[in-house]
Amino acid sequence: MRKRVFTVLSMLVLVSLVLGACGPAATPTPAPAQPTTAPQATTAPQPTTPPPTQPPAEKTLVIAIGADATYLDPESVMNNESGFVMSCIFDGLTKYKKGTSEPGPGLAERWDISPDGKVYTFYLRKGVTFHDGTPFNADAVLKELDRVKNPDNPYYVYKQEGVHSFADFTWGIVDSYEKLDDYTVKITLKEPHAPFLASIAMVWSGIMSPAAVEKWGFDVNDHPVGTGPFKFVEWVRNDHITLEANKDYWGGAPKVDKLIFRVVPESSVRLLKLEQGEVHILADVNPDDYQRIQSNPALKLLEQPGLTINGIALIADAKPWDDVRVRQAVNYAVNKEEMNKFLYKDAAVTAATGMPPILMGYPKDLEPYPYDPEKAKQLLAEAGYPNGFKYKLLCYENPRGYNPVGIKMAVAVQEYLKEVGIELELETLEWGTFLATRRRADNKDLGMVGWSGDNGDPDNFLWEMFSTDNIPVGNTSHYSNPTLDELLRKARTVSDPAERAKLYEEACRIIHDDAPWLFINHTKHVRAIRANVEGFALNPLQMFWYMEDVELK
Amino acid sequence: MSRYIIRRILQMIPVLIGVSIFVFVGMHIVPGDVATLLLGDKATPESLARLQHELGLDQPMYVQYWRFITKAVRGDFGISLRTRQPAWREVMWALPMTIELSICAIIVAIIVGIPVGVLAALRQYSLFDSLSMVAVLIGVSMPIFWTGLILLMLFGGTLHWLPIGGILDDGIILRQITGIHLLDALILGDLKAFNSALRHLILPSIALGSIPMATIARMTRSAMLEILRQDYVRTARSKGLSERLVLIRHALRNALIPVVTVIGLQLGLLLSGAVLTETVFALPGLGRLAITSLLARDYAVVQAVVIVSALMIVVINLAVDLLYAYLDPRIHYT
Repeated sequence: MRKRVFTVLSMLVLVSLVLGACGPAATPTPAPAQPTTAPQATTAPQPTTPPPTQPPAEKTLVIAIGADATYLDPESVMNNESGFVMSCIFDGLTKYKKGTSEPGPGLAERWDISPDGKVYTFYLRKGVTFHDGTPFNADAVLKELDRVKNPDNPYYVYKQEGVHSFADFTWGIVDSYEKLDDYTVKITLKEPHAPFLASIAMVWSGIMSPAAVEKWGFDVNDHPVGTGPFKFVEWVRNDHITLEANKDYWGGAPKVDKLIFRVVPESSVRLLKLEQGEVHILADVNPDDYQRIQSNPALKLLEQPGLTINGIALIADAKPWDDVRVRQAVNYAVNKEEMNKFLYKDAAVTAATGMPPILMGYPKDLEPYPYDPEKAKQLLAEAGYPNGFKYKLLCYENPRGYNPVGIKMAVAVQEYLKEVGIELELETLEWGTFLATRRRADNKDLGMVGWSGDNGDPDNFLWEMFSTDNIPVGNTSHYSNPTLDELLRKARTVSDPAERAKLYEEACRIIHDDAPWLFINHTKHVRAIRANVEGFALNPLQMFWYMEDVELK
Repeated sequence: MSRYIIRRILQMIPVLIGVSIFVFVGMHIVPGDVATLLLGDKATPESLARLQHELGLDQPMYVQYWRFITKAVRGDFGISLRTRQPAWREVMWALPMTIELSICAIIVAIIVGIPVGVLAALRQYSLFDSLSMVAVLIGVSMPIFWTGLILLMLFGGTLHWLPIGGILDDGIILRQITGIHLLDALILGDLKAFNSALRHLILPSIALGSIPMATIARMTRSAMLEILRQDYVRTARSKGLSERLVLIRHALRNALIPVVTVIGLQLGLLLSGAVLTETVFALPGLGRLAITSLLARDYAVVQAVVIVSALMIVVINLAVDLLYAYLDPRIHYT
């Protein structure tokens, strides 16, 4: 009898086992494509690195991320988690100077720009090798560019199904590229483009080892080889990615031996892991947890002004929003300071115009619209709406990088506007539908809107969201001002930083006065770390992590 | 018997076709354009159009379905838009984790549920009976998400007895053979990895097992009560058999018949519970894959996940029916 019960149970187990076991076997892929430990699949039982059983003082730093990376070829991906990991593996020609959004030397030690602003000559760093031993030189740079620019290249990134990369944005402006000598590369642009150096400092322009591309083909997505401070070791999908220190890093050897990115989807569990010391750094922090972190002496909450903007796009070509007084009125009617304090737990600064104050060219004396409901009512009356009006606002529900509280923001705005007679009807849409609806040229509903800076250049905010050229996709408020267009177009082509700053200063004032948005705030960039993590500094480009400086005490 | 099995297997085909149509249509009528979702708020109209064309989204739905189904019968579920891996491979990476978790959960449920049910039945109306049935009621009504978080906070956080989520401790590398960690560790003879995997599985198995555990306990209790009143039990007792023999050989075996059905049904249900458990405990299984892919509108993977899950449930049902016949000699299939 007992035997029978046992048989019953083991049969149940067996059925499931057979199902599971047939899985990997049915995958018609060769061994190297297996998910775990692919690079050392053959040597896995005897790892070449010292076995983890006798770690003399091996220092492993663990970072918790909310979702897995998707793929790790910088030229063919654009999601945050992939960006975090890749910023530790890859270097670009330029690299943001620590703590700033200003491009400085990276794999290129210096560069010349031709007087017409179209030709960039890069002088490459010597003696750098990729993690697989391939020397870094002009050929490597050209091969990487070829992968992005030349449709005849067998590894042309757009040959992959559904590729959606940032390469359009970073390298799109490049017209031709040639090698002058082994360590000098000449890149010619289609037209002068001042944000170019900042754009190619982005994670998405990291240089991959050409040998790795040849070896893996498109599977290089899973086998990234760069020149950065950490080498790729293994990737167990949806669980973790392990990197190890590149002791020969040209920027100085990292101070920890291993870096593990661990996927922990649930935010309360992420925090618990941090509190227990199982992880050392949290990539995303829930605003409701700020206080809990700050009151724990073992943890630190780091914050920095963010490269973000968050607000509501007013439809500048539809009644009643075509009247500038109405647009200004809503800017007076909303108490943004109060929202920052209670909704954003002080991790935000009030916005005055279309870009964050940390960027070049932001007018120092520009003040946000103060909270003044009386003034708002007066402006509405002047515009012919003494009793207000009703209007619809399209909303997304979930938190986003530039707005961690999601729809709560819209609800707060609704309350403030009720006070001055404007009744907003909120319509919540699923994110994909929300984007598609808001971007239709015939859309006349207001919409929640926001942006996280990509390259730290003002152009990346103002041109994208306020130029006539970008109606209706980036510029969802359909705001068009020829004077502003002229300024922005000019600022794109001028290379002299001082002159550019002046142009942007003027542009910021115009946007402030015209108020095509209800400007709400610039949310700060927040991360939580264990107190024994030293040298971890935030920088405006949230995607960029300088993990070579980080130490574990 | 074998004819019955063949007939049952043939019956799976229309079921799977139905499921495939259902999931395909479902994915395509929900709002939200996949290209917009993929490209996010920074897409240009040109890249949107290009992607829509590439994905065949500009084709009529029946063309898209035909393309999908003709590829699917060849085992090609397409490429995941999110990770650019074959959808089938993604599913096969995630499936062993879910199977491992489900088996552990059902084992926890059985080894707790059946004895509790038997004891409760033997001592009907005792304090143990009422207490365990209250506990069962709580077990059924507590959401897994909540149970999981409480377990984590208590045993992982406050008491430090067990790790907080994940599969293995940092630094332990386990080569994948079956993908089921406990099994792989045993095959490789890696006791350290086995121990680590086991420690990581305890809390999620209890969380996921709590609901079938409660159902199994209740079912066992009522089946036992029913059977203890039967004539043959009385006969067995009057023959002077020891109480232990009566209970185990005569009563329990017969009581197990409905319990096996319940266990089978619960195995199918575990898949839905696995979604929450895997999210709370950061386990890379099928449930979490389904949710992540659904939110990213990753058609290929969602379709593959649903079809594989449907297949699993159909197979489990078949297995339960066969076990039924095995346990109860009165049942014959033709």
